[in-house]
This record gives sequence, C-alpha cells and structure tokens, in this order.
Amino acid sequence: MLNRHEFLEKRGLVLTVAILVVVAIGGAVEIAPLFYLESTIEKVEGVRPYSPLELAGRNVYVREGCYVCHSQMVRPLRDEVERYGHYSLAAESMYDHPFQWGSKRTGPDLARVGGKYSDAWHVQHMINPRSLVPESVMPPYKFLANAKIDPENAAGWLKANRAVGVPYTDEMIEKAAEDLATQVDPFAADFDGFMARYPKAQVRDFDGDPSEITEMDALIAYMQVLGTMVDFTIYEPEDNYR
Amino acid sequence: MTAISSDRGPTQGGSEIPFIGAFLGVGSLLALIVAARTTDSLMSAHAMMFLAAFIAGAFALVHHLSSGKTLDQSVYETGVVKAGVFASVFWGIAGFLVGVIIAGQLAFPNLLYFPDLPWTNFGRLRPLHTSAVIFAFGGNVLIATSFYVVQRTCRARLFGGIAPWFVFWGYNLFIVIAATGYLMGITQSKEYAEPEWYADLWLTIVWVVYLLVFLGTLLKRKEPHIYVANWFYLAFIVTIAMLHIVNNLSMPVSLLSTKSYSLFPGVQDALTQWWYGHNAVGFFLTAGFLAIMYYFIPKRAERPVYSYRLSIIHFWALIFIYIWAGPHHLHYTALPEWAQTLGMTFSIMLWMPSWGGMINGLMTLSGAWDKLRTDPVLRMLVVSVAFYGMSTFEGPLMSIRAVNSLSHYTDWTIGHVHSGALGWVGYVSFGALYCLVPWLWKRKQLYSNAMVEWHFWISTLGILLYITAMWVSGIMQGLMWRAYNSLGFLEFSFVETVEAMHPFYIIRMSGGLLFLIGSLIMAYNLWRTAKGDVRAREFAASPALAPAE
Repeated sequence: MLNRHEFLEKRGLVLTVAILVVVAIGGAVEIAPLFYLESTIEKVEGVRPYSPLELAGRNVYVREGCYVCHSQMVRPLRDEVERYGHYSLAAESMYDHPFQWGSKRTGPDLARVGGKYSDAWHVQHMINPRSLVPESVMPPYKFLANAKIDPENAAGWLKANRAVGVPYTDEMIEKAAEDLATQVDPFAADFDGFMARYPKAQVRDFDGDPSEITEMDALIAYMQVLGTMVDFTIYEPEDNYR
Repeated sequence: MTAISSDRGPTQGGSEIPFIGAFLGVGSLLALIVAARTTDSLMSAHAMMFLAAFIAGAFALVHHLSSGKTLDQSVYETGVVKAGVFASVFWGIAGFLVGVIIAGQLAFPNLLYFPDLPWTNFGRLRPLHTSAVIFAFGGNVLIATSFYVVQRTCRARLFGGIAPWFVFWGYNLFIVIAATGYLMGITQSKEYAEPEWYADLWLTIVWVVYLLVFLGTLLKRKEPHIYVANWFYLAFIVTIAMLHIVNNLSMPVSLLSTKSYSLFPGVQDALTQWWYGHNAVGFFLTAGFLAIMYYFIPKRAERPVYSYRLSIIHFWALIFIYIWAGPHHLHYTALPEWAQTLGMTFSIMLWMPSWGGMINGLMTLSGAWDKLRTDPVLRMLVVSVAFYGMSTFEGPLMSIRAVNSLSHYTDWTIGHVHSGALGWVGYVSFGALYCLVPWLWKRKQLYSNAMVEWHFWISTLGILLYITAMWVSGIMQGLMWRAYNSLGFLEFSFVETVEAMHPFYIIRMSGGLLFLIGSLIMAYNLWRTAKGDVRAREFAASPALAPAE
C-alpha cells in the first residue's frame, strides 16, 4: 500500500490536487450544512438590524479591535448566566458581519452589557477607565469624544450590509443619514418613522454633548443595545425543540 | 555553489517579465486613480503606498533589464533567499518587541497607554503583534526556506526567472499595508485575518505567484521523487490559499473605501473564521514548519529521516484531520452542538499524527544524539520539536469540552499558543536561520557558537517564565470566574480576577523580554557571520593545542 505512494511522489500536479481534495473535505462537511439546516438559528422575536447609529458604533468597536479583550458570547454555564445574563442565542448575532464573539476575556463579556451601566458611566469609563475601575487594564478612548461622524456615510454602510444579507429596506437606506441624526435627538422631526423602522431603539444624546454626533455617541448607542433585543421574559427555548 | 544541469542558457528572465511589467503599470494606474478619487483619508494613504511600491518595482525592473545582468540557469537562486533571511530577522525582532510592549501595557496600564494616541492602544497593537510574528516573521521564514529547500531537493533553479522576487517584495508589501492599516484602524476584526479586502486581494495575487513558482520548480526537478519536505510546503501553500480566499469573502462599502462587511453572518462567520483560524495554526505554523524540520534536522544531524512510512502516514493524516478541528474554539457557544462535538473528536485524533511528526523528527537523531552536546544549533532544532510535541498534546487536551469550559477565554490559551509559537515555530526558525546564513554566504562556521548557547538558554528561560505564568494565571482566572461562596453567590467580581492577574502579567512580560534579548543576540551573530567574521576564540578548524609539559 505505502509503496503506491510513489505514484504521488513523482507527479507534482496530482499531488497538488490530492492535497486540495483531502483538505477540502472537513470544511465542506462542517460549514456547508450551517447555511441550510433550519436548526442552526432558532426563531426569536425582537432581533432587528442595527440602526445607523448603532452600526456606526459597531464600526468603531470593530476598528478598535475590542474583540481581542472582550467576548460577546455568554456560554450556558451556571456562573456565566449568573454573571452576565441569559446565554447568547445564535439569532442574536444573525445580523453581525463580522461576528464579534471573541476568544479572550481580558475584560468582561459584553454580549449583555446593554442597560447595565448609565451613558454617563460609559463616557467617563471610555475617557479614563481607571477613574472608575482602578484595577482595570483597559486603554483610554478619550479621542472618540472628539471624532465627529458624518451621517452621509451611513447609507453606504447599510447598502453593503444589505448586499451580504441584512434585510435593510429601501426606505431605511434612503433615510439612513436622517435616522442616524434622529437617534441622538428625541425632538427630531421623523422620530415616529425612525421608531417604526427600528423598534425599541433608544433615542437620546449618548455622550452628554448634544452639539455634535461623535463616535462616542455611536459606540455607547451600540453597547446599550447589546443583548437587549430579545425579551427573555417571553422567550421559550422549548419552542425551538425539533 | 553546486552546479546544476541546465536546459537554458543565461537569460534575464522569461515570459514573466512582460507580465510583471504590465502588472506594475496597471497597478500604478489603479492606485493613482484610487488615491485621487477617494474621500477616505485612510484609503488615500494606502493607495499612495501601493503607488510608491509599484513605481519602485518598475524602477527595479528597468534597472534589472538595463544592467544586462543575467540569471544563470546553471546555479541556484540564492539572492531571494538571502533577502528572506534578512526580512525574517527584521520582522521577528519587530514582532517580539511589540509583544513585549503590549505585555507591558497589561502589566502597567498607567505607564504605557497614551490617551491622545489611538494607535498605541492594545486593541490596535495586539493584531500588529500577532500578524508581525505569524505572517511577517513566520511567513518570511517559510518563503525563504521553501525557496532554498525546493531548489536543493529538486536539483533545479527556482522556476519563473524574477518571479520569486515578485513574491518576496509583494508579500512584504502586504505586511507593510496590513501593519500600517492596524495602526490607523483599518481592520476586519476577524482574528488572524484582520487585513481589509484590498490587502487580501493583493495577498491572493502574490500567493498564486508563490504557488506557481513552487510548483513550477517541482515540475522541472531533476530528482525522480518529490522530497517529503516539499509535500508539507505544498500542503501549506495550497491550503492557506483556500482558507484565505473563503474566510475573507466580504463586501466593501465602495471600491474607494477601506471598510468592508464579511459575507457571512454570526454563527456561519464564526465557524468559517475558526476553520480558517485553527488551520492558520495547522498549515501555516505546523505544516510549513514541519517542512523546515524535515530538511534542516536531517541535514544538520547528517542522518536520514527516521521513517519514510511514518512520514507518509502522518502527512496525510495530519492534513486531513487538522481541517476538522476549528469548532473546538467555539465550545458552549451558539454553534450547533454537533459541530462542536465533531471538532472536538477530530482535535483529539489530531494528537496522533502530530506526535508522528514529532517522533520522526526526534528519532532522526538516532546515532547522533551526542551532537546535542556539541552543536547548539541542532539542540535548538531538537528542542523545537520537543515543544511541538508538548503543545500538540496540550492542544487536544484543551479541546475537550469539559477542559475547555475552564480554559476558554483565559490566559491558558495565550500560554498554549506561545509554547507553540515561541518554542516550536520560533526555535525551528532560529535553527534554520543559523544553518542558512553560513550556507548562503559560504562561511565555514557561525561567528560564534557561544552566542548561540546564550541565545538558547536566555530564550528558553524566557519561554518557561512565559508559559508557566500563563498556566497559573489562566487556570486561576478560570477557577475564580466559577467560584461560589458558602451562600451560593459568585465569590469574585470580574475585576477581582483582573487584579489577580497582575503579578503574572509582569512575569510574562519578563519572559517575553528575555526571548527578545535572545533574538537580538541572534541578529548580531548572524550579521557577523554574513560579514565573514569568526569570534577570536572560536576558530573551529584550528583548535589551539596546549604545549606538552
């Protein structure tokens, strides 16, 4: 049997093709079914695409590499559920491109950080983490408070997300810039339209400076929505047993 | 230089020259258009870098053609290997240095963070560290050694004329684009696949040329058989191409924007990413470096590979099984449990082919074990294989769901990675570099064997400090997270576990610093060796004889 290996050892192209076939199998068997098995993602009420401001905040989260220290995946283990809240559902990251589950907790999990702290706490913590948590090893993100966001860019982000499968409607894309500004201003003209497009979205000035829309507003808006879309008082895991 | 038979006379290169020339022209034009039209200042900076690189490449090409210099087909191509050695040492030191800095940031956050300099933050420097050591240092070592080994084992000059130079400069341009991107905040934030869409496209082009050069050399070989090291290099090149292309599929916001969104959502993105991520370990950091082991250890020990049959079995088993192991990074997550179980099962099975490689490497020393006493370079190579054995035992252990529930998200993972990265990848690379420099520059011996001893012992101490500190802190943190008090409440707040890490972060930083110092000693030693110096007391050829009393 092993003597036959000579056949491959004398043919470079055949060896290349053989290697490619052998390494393609595992991925094909594990990954491909996830796209069509219904059981991959449970059916859950409440999960909606991110609003333009939340998405802008997610862009900042991705840009700053927050995933290297913070996970967004609560495991179904007693201590994690008691520390962070209900274990994470697949549906809760179904609109995440890319996923940000992370692999390391130098800092705590953030999958359910939404609503846990006040906006003012977040602002102060971002400016100087050790002013609130002396033992923290987190870097400061003071510069976010001065980085303005141009709402005109929002439509482009939504369009690219729609191209990879997030169900943004034409109306959402058309109003993206306006919606981004509306979320920091409860007295904006199209408040009702915004709330209809992004149900239960939190509308307020997030960074304590109503004069401009900054990356600090966006990042805090994103963190405050994390893990809050699904109402676990009415969620029944048994509904998804198949 | 060994003479090799030749079917072509000396030329300046072949059909690759018009291709590369046209490519540089079109590339410059595209880069110029993007730089002129984009409103994204980051994209503009990167387009200018591409433009400068393409123009410099065009100048180099014109210079090569006008100089009348020919590529002698009867000798091996060594220039590009020398350049690879230089790049490896440079990026290695840069990567280790950034590692020490970010280790320092976690130990002393008040000293090493600068609120007004976003690019110094841990979140941007950590990908810089991982990419610099894996892709810049490791990648240059792999490209340089593969170009060296494939020529010697095929008795053929590298295929493609000047194309190997395109691979070398193209790959290093990718590194520069990726690294400057991280600092400016251009990242996909997919672990070990951080570069954005246009850098990924560029790497794809370079990688295809790399495959063509390697495969072309295999196809024009004068040896009847393809040597085992080349199976591993080939598997590394082919599989990395597959992983890179699939995992980086994404939709750019526009062709003038640095930002893109991954094609896959949530769960599917997670598994695709860890299929990629774990096999970056399996094929970049394992298969590629096993190829180095299969050439450099037998050469240095002057013994044949221990078992040909074992190499066949463990090669195919390794590349088949590795691909399945990714889901062990996603235990207890929202990934369906069947996929987690499959990943765990294959990870445990992976222990055997991994140790097949270790046994084949170690047992190659049969009959030459005494050389470990006298040859510090061989000792470095052999210790690397021992570290390989250790981390490929630890890996399957950590892939078991119950163990993983403790180890995941903690420093234990970081320690595991570094026993593989510093011990295995680092040492096998250093061993290969210590072999290559005297061979390439035609020196009889290294500048100093004593300095290799210093390098070996200082960095071994560093590795041990590093991994033991991370074992203790990782397991302690995992246990603290799940500790309950007598009343049934969680015993520790999260930040108490952060505080408990502090002494271990200092030890870890010291370990990394020792490893960095070792690599600086190596750089000095290799530089003096290339210059042709030999340390006064270390002339091997003529040992000083003591006069008879």
